[in-house]
Amino acid sequence: MSRFLFPRWTNAILPFILVTGAIMPLYAVLVVAYGFSPKTIDAGYMPTQPVPYSHALHVGKLGLDCRYCHTTVERTSFAAVPPTQTCMNCHTQIHRESPKLAEVRSSYETGMPIEWVKVHKLPDYSYFNHAAHVNRGVSCVECHGRVDQMEVVYRHSPLAMGWCLECHRDPIDRLRPVSQITNLAWDQRTEMTREQREALATQYHINPSENCSTCHR
Amino acid sequence: MPSKPSMHLSSATKGFVDTDNTEQPIGGRAPLVLNMHRFGEVTHQVCRVAESKPPLAWYVAFVICLGMLGFLGICVNYLIFTGVGVWGLNNPVMWAYDITNFVFWVGIGHAGTLISAILFLFRQKWRTGINRFAEAMTIFAVICAGLFPGIHVGRVWLAYWLFPLPNSMEMWPQFRSPLLWDVFAVSTYFTVSLVFWYIGMVPDLATLRDRAKGKFQQFAYGLAAIGWRGSMRHWHRYEVAYLLLAALATPLVLSVHSVVSFDFAVSQVPGWHTTIFPPYFVAGAIFSGFAMVVSLAVPARELFGLKDLITLRHLDNMNKIILLTGCMVGYAYSMEFFIAWYSGAMYEKFAFVNRAFGQYWWAYWIMVSCNVITPQLFWFKKVRTSIPLMFILSIFVNVGMWFERFVIIVTSLANDFLPSSWDQFVPTWVDIGTMVGAFGLFGVLFLLFCRYLPMIAIAEVKAVMPEADPHAHGAHAHHGGPHDSHAGHGVPSGAMPALRDPRSSEGQP
Repeated sequence: MSRFLFPRWTNAILPFILVTGAIMPLYAVLVVAYGFSPKTIDAGYMPTQPVPYSHALHVGKLGLDCRYCHTTVERTSFAAVPPTQTCMNCHTQIHRESPKLAEVRSSYETGMPIEWVKVHKLPDYSYFNHAAHVNRGVSCVECHGRVDQMEVVYRHSPLAMGWCLECHRDPIDRLRPVSQITNLAWDQRTEMTREQREALATQYHINPSENCSTCHR
Repeated sequence: MPSKPSMHLSSATKGFVDTDNTEQPIGGRAPLVLNMHRFGEVTHQVCRVAESKPPLAWYVAFVICLGMLGFLGICVNYLIFTGVGVWGLNNPVMWAYDITNFVFWVGIGHAGTLISAILFLFRQKWRTGINRFAEAMTIFAVICAGLFPGIHVGRVWLAYWLFPLPNSMEMWPQFRSPLLWDVFAVSTYFTVSLVFWYIGMVPDLATLRDRAKGKFQQFAYGLAAIGWRGSMRHWHRYEVAYLLLAALATPLVLSVHSVVSFDFAVSQVPGWHTTIFPPYFVAGAIFSGFAMVVSLAVPARELFGLKDLITLRHLDNMNKIILLTGCMVGYAYSMEFFIAWYSGAMYEKFAFVNRAFGQYWWAYWIMVSCNVITPQLFWFKKVRTSIPLMFILSIFVNVGMWFERFVIIVTSLANDFLPSSWDQFVPTWVDIGTMVGAFGLFGVLFLLFCRYLPMIAIAEVKAVMPEADPHAHGAHAHHGGPHDSHAGHGVPSGAMPALRDPRSSEGQP
């Protein structure tokens, strides 16, 4: 009776199959854990904006404060994107004919807002309050990075839940005096001792909550 | 009544007629394999099912089950695309048909492991006739069970959150929750059962390979038989692996349903918060599992002509186990009531009175009559050996055990601590469709198994035939002992069962 038995060459691939079979589950877990992580997928997101606005120039060189444009950051959960009028405060005087500003001028004339592309986007199911953070010693730079050095803004942090929790579990190193809150070049890790930061935590009543409903309301 | 194993039957009716072998002859045991004197007959009897066209009834059953499976697909997709609101769940009753079906199916699976592992370690020879398809039943039942927790999470694409995997949320499952223990218990159970089933099947797959006529069958069975040639070394490793797996599977028989019962017992809900739950659930699981084995064995041996291998003695033994575990379940029911009264806890007392006389009184009394009263009929040997009666009773037990889970889950939740939140659970068509569809899934898998795989452990059955025992041939007069004078149908004496010798005899060069 003819029957199927494994041919001899299958012996050669057997170790390969066994090793692959053993490694595959681990590989799959790692792919999901790191490959699908916001650190891999989302950090570094740098969309092309309708206007080539340079934070490096305006903030880094000219020294505009963050709050000059993002006016609501200290009062509301949302840090407002400035209207065209804010741009025109200066650009009615400076670079009036620059082709780079054509979009801004047409927006100013028509009253239609510039369609900036949102870089830091949180999902609907997570609640984040800017005011709660910047009024209590968490600087812009902790999440947004050195925007004062960015030609084009990109996403500096993964904005993943684990990343939020890292700070909520140990906030001390991320705290600075409110007076330095928009000073992106300033670093509390070198300018202050840990004891000073701990004192700051007491002063600002920093007691970050870690339960689900803090962010998922 | 003495057994009549020597009755000669024509080959056409072979396996289709019942022979009574439930009486133990004096000085020995009744044979477990009837009307067969050569190992080759066993091989032929089992393999012919996979090699010939199945009977018409198989096609009818398969089409029905396939239809039910299709409906399951519709229900599950509707659930996934719409949300768990399509089920009849409401605020106090947040678990109902989903978890009822889960526990029901996990319970069914227990008979397979008990038969394959515990009865193996106890050297119960009668397990050999039924272990293969009881194990298959276990695996298919656990697949059905796994479906329900998978879909009841609502957002099924996040079901992998059940497992502790590293993730960007830095979230882990709650290790203190029995629901997580359940994930481990059931997945371990499934893996071990699957490996055990498969390893046990390898020699028989090789037999099918060697007998296969078609090129494709030869290749498919050959691939599945992973190069088995029946050498002494193969048998040796096989025996060691089988024994080790049996030892691994044995604690699972007790642990899996204990952990399932923790889903309830660890909570605070009156009617769930009970220390008796683990043993009570395990007994109930074995009870329902054996009932399911009987429900499946009766039509299978009828249809495929396996009555000489799954004999009345096998069925009689299983019915005795159903009787025993049925009594244990009945004891647990009464003990729950006793403790509810004896504890003096008013919530506990209310939960049980409410169970029997509240809004779900009918479910409770269906449960009691099916699980406590009907198995008592198995005290009578006439009932234990009557094919139609045992089939009907086993169906009753299955119905009763489904209702047991329903009663535990739904009555306890519907009327919990706070009367203002009491409500009633009413199943929707999706609830019922999913439940029915799961039976379709189970049926399709089981029918495919019957059709294409060796339904009976050929090699193991041969080992319990008298021919497998060298002493039965009367050649060793020095052994003494009460040998049956008919060599061949006689009974192995008190010697150790010869488990190894005969297996390599058939289908091997």
